[in-house]
Amino acid sequence: MSEPSGQAKAPYLRIENVTKRFGEFVAVNEVSLDVQRGEIFCLLGGSGSGKTTLLRMLAGFETPTSGKIYIDGQDMSEIAPYERPVNMMFQSYALFPHMTVEKNVAFGLEQERLGKDEIRRRVGEILEIVKMSPFLARRPHQLSGGQRQRVALARALVKRPKLLLLDEPLAALDRKLREHTQFELINIQEQLGVTFIVVTHDQEEAMTLSSRMGVMNHGQIVQVGTPTDIYEFPATRFVADFIGSVNMFEGRLIEDEPDFVRIRSEELGGVIYVNHGISSAPDATVWAAIRPEKINLSREAPPQPGENVVKGVVKEIAYMGDMSIYLVQIASGRTVRVTIPNVARHADDRITWDETVYLSWHAASPVVLTR
Amino acid sequence: MVWLIVLFLIPFIIVFKISFAEVQLAMPPYTPLFEWLNGKLVAVKLNFSNYHYLFTDALYVSSYLYSLKVAAVSTFLCLLLGYPMAYSIARSNPATRNVLLMLIVLPFWTSFLLRVYAWIGLLKSNGVINNVLMGLGIIHEPLTMLQTDFAVYIGIVYSYLPFMILPLYSNLEKHDLTLIEAAADLGARPFTAFRRITLPQSMPGIIAGSLLVFIPAVGEYVIPSLLGRTDQLMIGRVLSDEFFQNRDWPVASSVAIFMLALLVVPIMLFQRFEKRTLEAGK
Repeated sequence: MSEPSGQAKAPYLRIENVTKRFGEFVAVNEVSLDVQRGEIFCLLGGSGSGKTTLLRMLAGFETPTSGKIYIDGQDMSEIAPYERPVNMMFQSYALFPHMTVEKNVAFGLEQERLGKDEIRRRVGEILEIVKMSPFLARRPHQLSGGQRQRVALARALVKRPKLLLLDEPLAALDRKLREHTQFELINIQEQLGVTFIVVTHDQEEAMTLSSRMGVMNHGQIVQVGTPTDIYEFPATRFVADFIGSVNMFEGRLIEDEPDFVRIRSEELGGVIYVNHGISSAPDATVWAAIRPEKINLSREAPPQPGENVVKGVVKEIAYMGDMSIYLVQIASGRTVRVTIPNVARHADDRITWDETVYLSWHAASPVVLTR
Repeated sequence: MVWLIVLFLIPFIIVFKISFAEVQLAMPPYTPLFEWLNGKLVAVKLNFSNYHYLFTDALYVSSYLYSLKVAAVSTFLCLLLGYPMAYSIARSNPATRNVLLMLIVLPFWTSFLLRVYAWIGLLKSNGVINNVLMGLGIIHEPLTMLQTDFAVYIGIVYSYLPFMILPLYSNLEKHDLTLIEAAADLGARPFTAFRRITLPQSMPGIIAGSLLVFIPAVGEYVIPSLLGRTDQLMIGRVLSDEFFQNRDWPVASSVAIFMLALLVVPIMLFQRFEKRTLEAGK
């Protein structure tokens, strides 16, 4: 399913009902998607969700079983990979081991039969941008992982593609470097204005990089939106669970008004009051999803008794530095996950193991999901 | 290491020693190098005339050159035939790959000599090929194929092709195919991608295969004796004639030593290439 982008101009990349089958297996199932010029669009999904297959179809390495792909209005069906206005940065970087950095980056331009001076100038420019100019004469094995990543990026960007495809661009880097590189990628993208399509299984990477993202599962795009949309307003239980962590309570809709709903949940052992309406059949089974950071933890019962409150016992505390994760067991036996930022350095009266606590949340916090 | 010393170094030293001796009618049929008297070494007689002889008699020079030519052409033909075969085996799916590799090795199950004799039956004037071509009316006179360079090339290429294919295959099979995708992605047509990515990366395989064909082909004895020309001998034949017919062990030894020296050159070049690629890091 596609989401209106809110812009009137024709999409830069249009994927129309694309399906890819490998024998019996459906890798990509009826995917439609529009991406605007200059976006960083992330395809996020677990392994086997079809995201890489979709990317490979954009590059031309796989042909869709059915459906069409348009780039800048041009149908890509009959266009071979080496003729597409698209370049890819491979997960393994796929640098040519027998060529120097300069030769690697120049390879694509040589295929366009540009003049020697022009090639040298453009290679120089792009290596300047990715800060790899001093390593011109090195071979890939003489570079660190981060440097290889930059060369791979330069090699793909030097062709000035309409679309840059990035397959798990940061997966091979260690954590510190990854964070740093994320922001650099965004900078380079803004500087050059190239449209990025990024495939990743790492939600953090997708959240920081993308202007919009699509969550994939079983070959389908289940939700498209900005990172905030997807985190705060997940459309399905899968999305809510896949992005970040969430406490999910199954329940029955007992009151369904235009501006509020009440859900009785056996799992919670109480009633959840939500201050916005949903569209669902009365008495239907629904799920209330509450993010761990949106739950309050207190020793005393909060002033409003009854709804959106539950009592429990602290079973487990994980100290993460910037925050702590509390696992609280409630009367029904369910464990609820709560995260509390560690604001103070010395907090002697911090809630600790085996204490009885009250969990509460604001009526706006739960997301009600019907599927 | 012990095996190398026992099976290679010691025989080499013996042959090397004989190459400096002179012929004599005795047992063994050459003069000793060292003269001993009362347990003391009194004289070392080094005789370089055998080597000098190699360069003065045109027979040896032309045999060496002819052997090098035959080996070079055969190696090139093996490469031309073997590369596409190795390539397609390396790119086929694993199940067929094993079958194809089996087929490459299968001829070794029968005797080498038998297989070369079989070519006589195919190539001779009233052999299978001539009979078929005449029967079809394509030719009216039988073609002379036996005892020509052509027959030697067929024999060598046929016998040594597996030695070209196997090292090439083991190289090509290890290639990272995403590099080819990357080349295509950067605008390289399939042939360009092959020329600029696959071919340079298969250089170690090409060199290993070529050496495995070239080196034994230079000293090849059976194939040229059975299929080849009678007016132009290869060096392996010269060596054996020298040894068994002329009974001139010292000259035969110097022929062998010089052949070895000739073959050490390409091996050393290969070593240097290997070292360079090692330094460039795989």
